[in-house]
Amino acid sequence: MSTDPVQVDKVSGQTTTGHEWDGIRELNTPLPRWWLWIFYASIAFAFGYWIFYPSWPLASNFVPGVLGHTNRAAVLADVAFSNQVRKEMTADLQKATLQQIADSPKMLELALAQGKAAFGDNCSPCHGSGGQGQKGYPNLTAGRWLWGGTLDQIQTTITHGIRAPNDVDTRSSMMPAFGKDGILTAAQIQQVANYVRALDGLEPEQGVDLAAGKQIFADNCAACHGDDGKGNIDMGSANLTTKVWLYGNDINDLITTITYARNSTMPAWGQRLDPETIKSLAVYVHSLGGGK
Amino acid sequence: MSISAEEIYDDGPLYEAAKKVYPQKITGTYRRLKWIVLWIALGVYYVLPFIRWSRGPNLPDQAVLADIAHSRFYFFFIQIWPQEVYYFTGLLIIAALALFLSNALFGRVWCGYACPQTVWTDLFFWVERQIEGDRRARMLLDEQPWTAGKIIKRAAKHAIWILIALATGGAAMLYFVDAPTLVRDFFTLRAPALAYIWAGILTFTTYSLAGFMREQVCVYMCPWPRIQAALTDNDALNVTYRVDRGEPRMSVKEAARAQAKHEPAGECVDCLQCIAVCPTGVDIRKGPQLGCINCGLCIDACDTVMTKIKRPTRLIAYDNDENRERRKRGEKEVYHLVRPRTIMYAALIALVAGIMLYVLTTRANSHLSVLHLRAPLFTQTAEGGVRNGYTLRFSNKLSDPADFTLEVSGMPGVALSSVVAKPLSDGRLGVRLDPDSTLEVPVYVTTAPDVNLTASSTPITFIAVDAKTGERNVVVDHFFGP
Repeated sequence: MSTDPVQVDKVSGQTTTGHEWDGIRELNTPLPRWWLWIFYASIAFAFGYWIFYPSWPLASNFVPGVLGHTNRAAVLADVAFSNQVRKEMTADLQKATLQQIADSPKMLELALAQGKAAFGDNCSPCHGSGGQGQKGYPNLTAGRWLWGGTLDQIQTTITHGIRAPNDVDTRSSMMPAFGKDGILTAAQIQQVANYVRALDGLEPEQGVDLAAGKQIFADNCAACHGDDGKGNIDMGSANLTTKVWLYGNDINDLITTITYARNSTMPAWGQRLDPETIKSLAVYVHSLGGGK
Repeated sequence: MSISAEEIYDDGPLYEAAKKVYPQKITGTYRRLKWIVLWIALGVYYVLPFIRWSRGPNLPDQAVLADIAHSRFYFFFIQIWPQEVYYFTGLLIIAALALFLSNALFGRVWCGYACPQTVWTDLFFWVERQIEGDRRARMLLDEQPWTAGKIIKRAAKHAIWILIALATGGAAMLYFVDAPTLVRDFFTLRAPALAYIWAGILTFTTYSLAGFMREQVCVYMCPWPRIQAALTDNDALNVTYRVDRGEPRMSVKEAARAQAKHEPAGECVDCLQCIAVCPTGVDIRKGPQLGCINCGLCIDACDTVMTKIKRPTRLIAYDNDENRERRKRGEKEVYHLVRPRTIMYAALIALVAGIMLYVLTTRANSHLSVLHLRAPLFTQTAEGGVRNGYTLRFSNKLSDPADFTLEVSGMPGVALSSVVAKPLSDGRLGVRLDPDSTLEVPVYVTTAPDVNLTASSTPITFIAVDAKTGERNVVVDHFFGP
């Protein structure tokens, strides 16, 4: 143990810390004092932070800080600000017709961007992120429309929904449940289902009487779906002659559809979204490749 | 024997106050060189934002401008878009190599002459010297009680420092917006808040770093001295006290006595002038050290003294230990400025600069990129065809509008459609871009009904031709099917 606590290194002339390892002493190189001040200043900053910002957790609450800052309020303020900015930008969309929007590159760019965002928020859970749809939820990219694929028709569908119970102007039509309500027998349903598949060029089942199916179709289905099965957008009846099927073109899918009917619904978005957003959505959905 | 705990564990102070450095005024070759570099550096810094450069009606006419709001960088005839930020990477690589090269030649000359910390500290020293006097006067003033004279001197010094700092911080903002407009708005209090905030921050850093932190920045904060120590070699010319000539140090009279007795006598008269003029307060006679920024002011100081006492100058000089050994052996000094290391650095600089210049001169004025839509990957249309969607992004880097014609090859018989583009009579699409802009164009490619695709994935090429310049942009993607 050293009896000389402050030792001086002969070579450098510096004091040592007195710590010695195998004859090597550690030089004492003091930190600059301003460095220490910065450390104290950081501590002072922390105290300031405690006073001004939310800090210490309490049993059922927390110390709110004198500025009353909350992240939630900050987010709400940001959202309000972006809504304000958006309002100014979408003022043109408010006045313009859908066709005018589609014809003006500037408005179109804005409507597509806004429509894409609104689609992701509101429509994609059912229709898919790119409007590709899924079984029971229409594909918006294929050009097969139940209620029409022009800009105005799409806007009407979005605004009033389909079979929406809370909108009197909603798009509505009702296919009978041919099997459940006893209009057709199971054998007849099988015959007409095979005939419908044949309309789309699909192979019928072995030994099924297609001629009988054709007759049943003419008697029961043609009123809405047309003699040629091409459907009618005025009443939302499906075109049965395309490769695109809403509920599947498997024979069992078709039998289920005819037996129970589907009659699915879509909300009336006019009650949830502002008109500019719906205009943007109509333009965006129309742009997905299927627009007429 | 009893020892108190305090004695054993008294390890000396853990923290120490910075020792204030009072550099003395000096004239000479390197001081003159430092002034020249200082005025060039400050001149460039303040004048550059005001130089105009016409780029046509749609673009700003400031020669050097980092237009953050519109994400463009302008440097005279060069315009850089955010996606071309690799030019800055190239510049940074060149800057690093240039630093290495300067280090291989003359050690830390960047630190001593051109580093902003040195330039502004030098300027602040000059102001201090004009008001408070030279080294000795400043030392005395620090000791003095607070008389009216001292207060006036101090107030004047800090006022001028703050003015310089303000000019420094304010001028930095001129590189981000139109300079003349900002100058007018700044003083009429109509400039954006951000301009004042940043000017304030940079004013504070200039004032504190150049006025108070000074050599502490070089010794404690800057990483370059640490890296430099690992990069240096035996041939680099650092400010060196020529020990072989200088030692043993003694006064002129002592030296005369020693020589009479045929005893060794060094040329250093231990006048301490080299320490007095040093801006970082080091004693160069202890050899190369962290605090030495290689500025050469001690050379000027030593030469002044040596000239007075009629001894050869350059007892301190840009030199190295190899030459010291050669002199001891009676050999001639050798300066290896051209050697493999410096040649390699220079060659690398030339290579990177050459690559950048080539890329810059051959870069296109337009650009096209393509992204295949993933959801859905493909669509079977009601008509029986197969459709793929692509998002094309067009860029027009010219200051005039551009018209592109878009066509595809590799998929005969397909139709192109887009809500953004205009269909042309021959099945191609027409895309119009504003000057200096980009445009996202959703494009759908649809096969004829009931076409049998031979493969589930077929290469497809998009070709966009700029009608005016004839520039062709070609990108390849794939067409997917069932």
